[in-house]
Amino acid sequence: MATVTLEKLVKRYGPVEAVRAIDLEIFDGEFVALVGPSGCGKSTTLRMIAGLEEISGGFVRIGDEVVNDLPPRARNISMVFQSYALYPHMSVRENMAFSLKIAKRPQEEIVRRVAEASDILHLNELLDRRPSQLSGGQRQRVAMGRAIVRKPEVFLFDEPLSNLDAKLRTQMRTEIKRLHARVPSTVIYVTHDQVEAMTLADRIVIMRDGHIEQVGTPDEVFHTPATRFVAGFIGSPAMNLVEATVLDGKVQFAGGDFLPLPDKFKNAVSAGQRIVFGMRPDDVHPTGHGLPSAAGEQAAQRELRVSVTEPLGNETLVFAPFGGVEWIARMLNPIPLEPGRAVRMTFDLAKAHLFAAEGGHAIARA
Amino acid sequence: MTRNQSSRRLRFFGRIAHATGLFLVALVICLPGAWIILNSLRPTVEIMAKPAIWIPKSLTLDAYTAMFSSVGHGGVPVWDYFRNSLIISITSTAIAIAIGISGGFAFARYRFRGKSALFLGLMLTRTVPGIALSLPLFILFARLDIIDTHFALIVAYVALNVPFTIWLIDGFFRQVPKDLAEAAQIDGCTRWQAFWQVEFPLAGPGVASAAIFAFLTSWNEFALASQLTRSVNSKTLPVGLLDYTSEFTIDWRGMCALAVVMIAPALALTFIIQKRLVSGLTFGAVKG
Repeated sequence: MATVTLEKLVKRYGPVEAVRAIDLEIFDGEFVALVGPSGCGKSTTLRMIAGLEEISGGFVRIGDEVVNDLPPRARNISMVFQSYALYPHMSVRENMAFSLKIAKRPQEEIVRRVAEASDILHLNELLDRRPSQLSGGQRQRVAMGRAIVRKPEVFLFDEPLSNLDAKLRTQMRTEIKRLHARVPSTVIYVTHDQVEAMTLADRIVIMRDGHIEQVGTPDEVFHTPATRFVAGFIGSPAMNLVEATVLDGKVQFAGGDFLPLPDKFKNAVSAGQRIVFGMRPDDVHPTGHGLPSAAGEQAAQRELRVSVTEPLGNETLVFAPFGGVEWIARMLNPIPLEPGRAVRMTFDLAKAHLFAAEGGHAIARA
Repeated sequence: MTRNQSSRRLRFFGRIAHATGLFLVALVICLPGAWIILNSLRPTVEIMAKPAIWIPKSLTLDAYTAMFSSVGHGGVPVWDYFRNSLIISITSTAIAIAIGISGGFAFARYRFRGKSALFLGLMLTRTVPGIALSLPLFILFARLDIIDTHFALIVAYVALNVPFTIWLIDGFFRQVPKDLAEAAQIDGCTRWQAFWQVEFPLAGPGVASAAIFAFLTSWNEFALASQLTRSVNSKTLPVGLLDYTSEFTIDWRGMCALAVVMIAPALALTFIIQKRLVSGLTFGAVKG
């Protein structure tokens, strides 16, 4: 195990900056997820840590050592690729033993360590198969087995689950979590799936356009998003984000709709200020169908016309236009709602978020 | 008759037509080879007979015994020719493959200025008919005083084969995902080890096919060899066939016998390499 430190890390492709001077410290034994939309620089960052991509500026430190110019083999890392990258001409056993064979470890040690890894990942029956004879989930496990056999300082995962179907993905997610509990290690995990990041990571790094938008625990990034982008990216369904103007105690939306200005922001904004009003679907609901705790401190009610519903069994997502955009509300203990019907909605204003219209940074409560 | 029955009948006839078609095509392809083998075993009279005699009256190995007997008794220096052919073909193939692997890998993996122009240029060299090169090559080689040496033919054949081997091997390296070499490097390989341990074995079938092709080209080539060789020092088997033509006669039987001797090792080699080639073809490690 080791810490990984990024200092003003830059990657340039010609004139294009793919990674723009990011700073990040990953602690010993920590599971950190880099998450963001495609092209945000998360994979490039991971590949620079791995040594597969040249570093244009700044430093990568593993432990206390600057590794900028070390080849991948000298960094004592393991990587699980999106494509698994299993060696097709070798059996599962040979795939897992490959790194030890290259390192010229004694035969009995190789056998023992491969057996350990295959026990942990339930690969014992598959050891003599070729990768082409395995299913997607099995290949994924072999790729992880190959990574843990090395006992590296740092594990790197590059979107390891995105080639699996939804059910298998959930299953493997649990398996990765269990693996991390069993094999304590520093993990850097790249994904574009915020659910994966939320469920797996100790801390989440949300990236956009080559820079870091926010670093925080899943709780922090969910409850106190630092920017409008983070607010929209984390959480499913996404937070309702509506452009608005602050007018004497009101949040005024387009088309004449308004909500009261949440008390906690009373002193943080001034009249006439342009903002973005954010509220999670969990905090808007047809009256009487919300969380029991909701609507305690400050709430508002509005009559909205339902446009679409998405029943999920235990809850129903209700889509209704308000303030010029389509809102999503989460209805617990759902009852059937036909489109077109007018429904009384409760807005839990204590849970609202405000973001600056310019730049999108969160406006702190004052 | 129900539609089901008629469709089954149709499929049955379709299958027969298919088999017949395949048989005819195979016949056309195999006939010349069979004809050569047949002719090497029977007298010229029968070979030249019109209408053709399909079923031979008697078969003898006279042509083969004559061929291996001493010069003057209808013999030709088969062993010399064989040795020359072997040395020239194997050496030129080995060199062409070595260059082909390096070049193919470079084209598949690296980006550099003028890459596509260079690649196109290599391909264009293949549009030049080999025979058009014979006079310039002859003059050049004569000046260099390397006519009638193994070296001359090896150089010529390497030049002839390299564009093709690069092109073919490039295609195979392209099919080996980059991730594999990267995974190998993370697993502790140097770039060089990653190449030999992972990328090369996976492109192996391509290298083998390129080798077969280069070998057969050199082994069978006649036009250039007939210009650049003079004596048993460097004459190859295809040029040796000409020994059976004299001023007034052509010994078709002897020529066919030598052709068989020429085909046999090439055929054997191709079979051996192809066997290995197919057994190594188990792709499918990446994605599903």
